This record gives sequence, C-alpha cells and structure tokens, in this order.
Amino acid sequence: MTPRPLTLITDNWYDIRDLSNLSGKIEELIRDANGPHWAVWVVSALLGAIGIVAFIGGVAIINIWIERRVVGRMQSRLGPNRLGPFGLLQPLADAIKLMQKEVLQPKAADGLVFSIAPIAFTVPGIVIMAVLPWGRNMSLARLDVGILFILAMSSLGALAVFTGGYGSNNKYALFGAMRVIAMLVTYEIPSVLALLGLVLFSGTMDLADMVLFQEKFWIPLVLVQPLPFLIYFISSSAELNRTPADLAEAESEIAGGYHVEYSGMKFGLFYAAELINAVAISAIIATVFLGGWWFYKLDELVPGWMIFIGKIYAVYFLFVWTRGTLPRFRIDQLLAFAWKWMTPMAFANIIVVAAEVLIWDETGASAGLVLPLYIAFNMLFAGVLIVAWVRFMGPRFSRFPDRLRYFDRIDVPSLPAMRAPAPAAAAPKSGSGAPARSASEGGGDLRGGRLVGGPRP
Amino acid sequence: MPIKSEPVEVNIGPQHPSTHGVFRMVAMIDGERITDVKMIVGYLHRSMEKLAEERTYTQNIPFTDRMDYLAAMTSNLGYCLSVEKLAGIDVPERAQVLRVIFAELQRIASHCMATGAFINDCGAWQTPVMYTFRDREKVLDLFEMTCGARITTNYMRIGGVAFDVPDEFLPALDMLINDDLPFRFEEYDQLLVGNEIILMRARDVGVVSPEMAINASLSGPMLRSAGIAWDLRKADPYSGYDQYTFEIPVGYNGDSYDRMVIRIEEMKQSLRIIRQAVHILPGGPHKTEVPLAIRPPAGEAYSRVESPKGEVGFYVVSDGGAAPYRWHVRAPSLINLSVLKEMTVGQTIADAIVTLGSIDINVGEVDR
Amino acid sequence: MPHAATVMLAGATVAERIRAAVPDAVREVAPQWVVLEPSAAFEAMAAVRDDELLDGKYLVELCSVDQITRIDVVYHIASLAQNHLFELKVPADHEHPEVPSVTPLWVGATLQEREVYDLMGVRFPGHPELTRLFLWDSFPGHPLRKDFLALPGGQKAGLSQFPKQIVGETGGEFRPRRPGTGE
Repeated sequence: MTPRPLTLITDNWYDIRDLSNLSGKIEELIRDANGPHWAVWVVSALLGAIGIVAFIGGVAIINIWIERRVVGRMQSRLGPNRLGPFGLLQPLADAIKLMQKEVLQPKAADGLVFSIAPIAFTVPGIVIMAVLPWGRNMSLARLDVGILFILAMSSLGALAVFTGGYGSNNKYALFGAMRVIAMLVTYEIPSVLALLGLVLFSGTMDLADMVLFQEKFWIPLVLVQPLPFLIYFISSSAELNRTPADLAEAESEIAGGYHVEYSGMKFGLFYAAELINAVAISAIIATVFLGGWWFYKLDELVPGWMIFIGKIYAVYFLFVWTRGTLPRFRIDQLLAFAWKWMTPMAFANIIVVAAEVLIWDETGASAGLVLPLYIAFNMLFAGVLIVAWVRFMGPRFSRFPDRLRYFDRIDVPSLPAMRAPAPAAAAPKSGSGAPARSASEGGGDLRGGRLVGGPRP
Repeated sequence: MPIKSEPVEVNIGPQHPSTHGVFRMVAMIDGERITDVKMIVGYLHRSMEKLAEERTYTQNIPFTDRMDYLAAMTSNLGYCLSVEKLAGIDVPERAQVLRVIFAELQRIASHCMATGAFINDCGAWQTPVMYTFRDREKVLDLFEMTCGARITTNYMRIGGVAFDVPDEFLPALDMLINDDLPFRFEEYDQLLVGNEIILMRARDVGVVSPEMAINASLSGPMLRSAGIAWDLRKADPYSGYDQYTFEIPVGYNGDSYDRMVIRIEEMKQSLRIIRQAVHILPGGPHKTEVPLAIRPPAGEAYSRVESPKGEVGFYVVSDGGAAPYRWHVRAPSLINLSVLKEMTVGQTIADAIVTLGSIDINVGEVDR
Repeated sequence: MPHAATVMLAGATVAERIRAAVPDAVREVAPQWVVLEPSAAFEAMAAVRDDELLDGKYLVELCSVDQITRIDVVYHIASLAQNHLFELKVPADHEHPEVPSVTPLWVGATLQEREVYDLMGVRFPGHPELTRLFLWDSFPGHPLRKDFLALPGGQKAGLSQFPKQIVGETGGEFRPRRPGTGE
C-alpha cells in the first residue's frame, strides 16, 4: 500500500470534520509516550471498530423507528408515537421485550446450524461498514479491492439465511432457504455486472478512490451510470429480502420463511440484521453512486461522515418507499426478470461504458466536455432500453389490459352442453363408482408429473 | 432428463397469515408446484343451524351476523326476507330503502376488506390493506351511528329495520358517498388496477371457466369474473332493487385479477345505488309491527340475496311453532370453495395463496 | 329471454318434464316441489339438468330436513339462462338414509353433500370423498337430526325451561363410531 498524501481541513485534533486528525493525535501521543509501534494500529483499529459498532447499534434501534414511522405515514396512519418523544423509545421497548422472550428451538432442528445463523446473518453488514470511506481519510480498513470485498460479504448474508432455513427443520423455512439460494445465484450476477461498469469508469476498485474520483470531476456517478444504479438497486433489494422481492420470508405465502421458527432475541437478531444489511447496502450505493462523503463544497463545512449518513438514509428511504408501495413478485417472475432483463442490460451497459472509457482515454478530451455528453447519452440509453423492454419484451397482458364489461340486466351466455351424466352412477355401492369430475377437469392427478393448471403468462 | 423430486406435504393453515381465518388446506407440493390440495374446514363450526332450531325467529337474527361477520347486514337481510316470505309480512317503503342503503354500504365495507386482503396476499406490505381499511372504517362509523355496533350489526328485523336512522346520519352519508369514497376508489384504480406486479401475479391465476362456474354453483364475483352477468339484485330483485339503475361488471377471463377489479367496480356501483336510494328515501314507519315471538304458518321458504361473497340463501322450514323447524343457510363462501382444487392444482404456492385470497372466503360463513 | 324476476316453477310443470324423461321417478307432486323416488333420483336429476325447458344447470343449494319418519334431501335447482328456480326433494329412510350423489352432475354439490352427511348422516353413494366436513371423524352422531340429544317428553331446550337433569333412558342418541363405515 502506497502512502497517500493527507489533505486535512484543519490540523486540530478536535476538528470533527475529519476524524483522522484525532487518530493522528493519538498516534502522536503514543509516540511521545514511547509506546510500541503496533499500539498505534491497535488503538486506532479499536477506536474505529467501537465507532462502527456504536453506529450499527444506533442503526438497529433507530431504523426500526424510522421504518415504522415512514411506512406509517405512507399507509395513512401515525406509526408508533406513544413511548418517549415521537415514539422514539418504541424500538427500545421492542428490544427489551424480545430479550425477555424465551428462545425456542424446535426439537428436530439442527442446534448448531440453528444457533449460528442469526449471528452469521449479522456479521456481513457490520464488516461491510469497515471498508467504507466514512470521510476523507476515514476508512477503518482501506482495501485496494474494496468493491470485491463488499460483494463477497453482501452475499454471505444469503448463506446465513439458507443456514437458518435449513437448520430449522421446517417446511416453510426450507422453502425460504430454497428461494434465497435461487435468488442469490440469480441476483449476484447483475449486481456484480452493475458495479463492474462503475469500476471501469472510475478505474479503481478502491471505494475511497471512487469517492475521490467523483470529487475530482464534481459529479456523482449515478448521473453517468443511471442504468447500473437501477440494476444494483433492484438486485440489492432482492438480496436484502425487501418487499418487491421478499420471497425468502414472504409472510403471506410461507409465513415468514426462514425465520418462522426463530423467537426471542434470535429473531431479534434477524430483524436487526435485516435493517443493518439494508443500511450497509444503502451505504454502498451512497458511496459508489452518490459520491460518499463528498457533496460539492458542503464537506468543508459539515463533517463528511454526516453527509455520508445523510446519503445513506436517502437511499434507505428509497428502500422503505418501494417496500411500502409494491406487492411481491412470484419467484419465477423474479428470476426471469433478473435473467431476461437485468443481466443483458448490465452487459449492454458494460459494453457502452468500456467504449466510453476508451474514447475518453484515446481522445484525451477534457472532462467538462466528455462528462455531459456521457450523461446525456447514458440517460437516453437507459431510457430507451427500459421503454423498449416494456414495449416489446414485457408481459403481454400489460400492453393490453382488457377491462370489464358492464351489463344492466342479467345475461348468461349460452354455454356448450355439459358432459353427459356418467351412466350407471345411480346406485353405485362405493365411492369409486362415479368418476370424480375433477380428475378430468382440473388435472388433479396426484403424482402426474408436470401439471398445467391454466394458461400462464 | 426429468429431475427426480419427492412430493412434500405442506400444511397451510389453520394458523397462517393468508388463510383469512382458520381455514386449512393441505397441499402436496412438487418443488413449488402444487399437485394436490385438500381443504379442511370446521375449526369455526358453531352449529348455528342446530342452535337456530331452539330459538325464536327473532332470536336467530344475531346468528346471521356471526356467519359472515364482514357482511352482517346482507346476511341479516337475507334471513329477514326469508321469514317475511314465510309469514307473508309486508315491509314499509322506508325500511326497504334503508335496507338497500345499509346492504350496499356493507358491500362497500366487505369489498374494501376483500380487496385489501387480496393485495396483501399478493405480497404488499400492508399499504393497500390500510387504505381500504381506512375507507371501511368510515362505513362502519355509519353503522355504529345507526345501530350501535360496527361488525355484528343485528340491524334488520323481521318486518323492517331495528331503528330509524338518526338525524346526523344522512349528512354524514352524503359526505361519505359524494366527497370521500369516489376519490378513494379513483385512488384504488391508480394504485391497484394498473399495477404491473399485481397484473403479473393475478392475471391468469386461479382461472374458472364459465361452464365450471355454473356447474360448481359459484356465485358473486366468482361467477361474474367468469363472464356470466348474474346478479341477484337484477335477477331476483328484492327490497325494491328493480327501481335503481346500476350495472353488473363482468370479467372476461375468470382469473383472480378480474375478481379484484370486479370488486372495485362493484363498490362504485354500490355508490350509485346509495345515491339513488338517499334521493328516494320516503318517510313513514321503519318497521311493521310484528310479534316478537312470531309464529309463521307451517311451510317452507327459500329466499336469497346477493351478499358481497355471493348468493346467501336461507331455507326456512316452519312447523307453525315459535322456532324454525329447520334453518339452512346456503353459504357462498363454502360453495365457492368447491373449485379450490381445480383452481390451485398446477400452480405454485404463491399462486394458490393469491387464488384463495381472490375467492374471498369468510371462515365464519364457511363453517357456520 | 330470461324472466325479469326469478320464477318459482310449479311442481306440476317440473314433474311433467321429469316424467317425460324418466317415467317412474316422480313419487309425489306438491304445488312447490316434486318428491322423487330415491332409486331413480339420479336419472331424474340428470334429466332435469339436460332438459331444454327446465335447464337446471345451476344447483342453487342442497340441504336436508329431518321429518322424523324420514329425511328429506332438498335440492333447489335454477336455470340462470331462463331465470327460474324449482325444488326437488328426495326422501330417505330415517335409520339408514341413502341418496345417490349428484356430484357427477354438479361439482357444486361436493361440499354440500359432505355437509349433509356430516350433520344429518345421509350417505351419498357415488360421492368421491364422503367424509365429515365440519366435525371431527369420531364425533358421535349427526347433530341436525331431531333425535340427537333429544330431551325427554319432546321438550326443546331453548324455548321451554331446561330440565335440571337429562334422563338417559329416553334421551339422546350417542352412536359409537362404527369402524370402516366412516360413520
């Protein structure tokens, strides 16, 4: 790792606009005290870890409140407003209630797997926070391949869900586990491809450098790369099990899916980790698409990490919004959507980005000329692709939704003659005499292999 | 090469978020596809038909509330009509119009519930159900204003209605049907009817053919979605429904989506009826004087009304005593379930839930 | 052309059409309904369903009435296209009631016949799955029968004073579950 020049806003250690001053001060103190050289690393790592864990603890508490209040407003009700000012203490009460509850474990569950799943589900969201640039020079662990790391980590969560679902020894949980694996396999690809376009464009896999790139050209990458933003947003909402794609828990179908058997604080961990993961994904989107801690000149007045948190919650609001608005896909529709729409579009986008980068490099044109052109072109490109897909490849019925007919008097169409009555069914001795109508009509053959119920889209 | 898979038996209900009460179905599942469905009901059986044989005709009215507890008014109405038919009682004009107003308000309330719950079954995160409940609450407020109860109203009486409406009722109703609900229904149109995801989820799911619909004695939106314009308010007008102008919305495909849209359209038609009914509401008594322990002559009567779920019929046999000799209810929720197997086999679990939601059963009525 | 309001067909009209198709099916004709012979009931129903005039495509409801000496199974059948309704009754023996199932004709009868079997104990040969619908399998007896838990002296529980003790002698019928019959 090559040392990078520090650009401090001021050198005062108490300047909260740049907390690296503080760690520099600590380093200085340890040097002065002739402490061992590794103590610097230990102390700063500990401080950073404490900071992040504290942030996550706050997130897990406050996000419950935010989500319930925001969704409550969307649903034309108030949300929790009794406990504490604006109901702010409600999540605390919920947490205390969950801790008091007995943690049940099914007799037939795989104990180790069952217990490890909630923990394994919580870890990736926390670990992702460590590599994010929280401000200028404010990464707890600045990795050259930060994007690879967050991609690897964000898919670990699905594995934990699978573990929990499989270990519960419950059919509903197993369905959830099955679905989450199908979704993991499907949605990793578009999300990786979407981020690949950004990596190509910014020329770095380091998250901090990506923010610096956006700062250098004074443009958040979402403007240059609108299509990857859309793709990554959709596929990460699938990864997060949030409502348009919350198939793994699908409350109305499989009654909670993977966490149907969890209770007490184990369930609480799942619940909190879901919010933490949502914040972690929001933070990734805020970093790579929205410019992280940078926001034009604002980061010289306001601490960068505050801007960053603001952006995180802006993205998080989008997640809550979609969750409050949309119904759920069916699993096959969701997978088809990923394979037939998002993956090809992500590939198309990579080709376009590669060409753009090549042109920029070859011509050496100034950014002020190239970037507006690219923004215009990419916006147009995304729009055309989406409209074309909806027009030509979308579900057929959506183009011609036939509505109802209206009658002001009863009208029964003349129907074809029904099946003649089964002969000799007048006095059969047992129930097997008359053929069950359903066997011929609905195809209710129990083990008849593939069955077709009705016309499918 | 076919993938070898083992069928799994999954028990959906009686405690499941989407079975609308204590309904249970046992599904054999191959992967995510259902190969066989068996329905098990009876968890809410209260043997009302037997109980009714030991109570007077008037005492039986509260039972009808508790059958379809989401549409108590229409069940009340159906039962009172059957006893009136049996005993030959005339109902005053004002009572008839009030009955129509309340039956149609109840239809709006029930369809609100059905639509919201259906979208919830499609996987929405409670938002549509909150919207529809908001509007249902306003209707229930009117019920409370009139008869003191919101759900189990017990409002209709043999020979009329229990109470006349209070003075505040008509202004409140006017505000509801003219200022409030029309805009809400527009909102449903925008939010639900054109929604791509709902189209994807509900279109061509749970299809019933017209032949099947008639053969399986389906009624209500189930029958109308299959393309059969049959509505007892038109076909067998009771309580003076023949003097109102309204239309029967009828679907093309017989799928879950059609049923949802039909319900939304029926709410609009109900508004039309209520507007006309308020306009012609006459003065006069709200009830014929009928002895509390009425003894109809020996005989039998079958009368039916169009409830939100379908055709609610009451078959009452009298032996001349103070209690019915036999009291049978044709429960649309139960009979609409006849095609559950035909509709769900071959679909995925998710589709089966959507299909069940679109049938709009009420377990109180299924089990009675 | 459908009627403007549902017409209740007279028993004689219905009986005439049934007699034309199945001569021996009609046992008795009442003003409002037709009583059928149980042995020929299925053929009569099939005829009613496929008859051009009666057009009984729609089974409105199916229920049963305990008439002490017999059990009547009551069918209300409608034609949606012509908008009329008529009523058929099939009497069955009180001790061992059996009426042929109409599920091959109307799918809508499936659950209703199960309900009648459950609550009244009428068995329907030809039904694909004749099990109890509401009550559990080992439930003793069929509660809608008039002799189910009957009180001494023909008293009724609700409308007269409930006796302090139910005397066992003349009292209710608790038939133990007979294995194999599903009853």
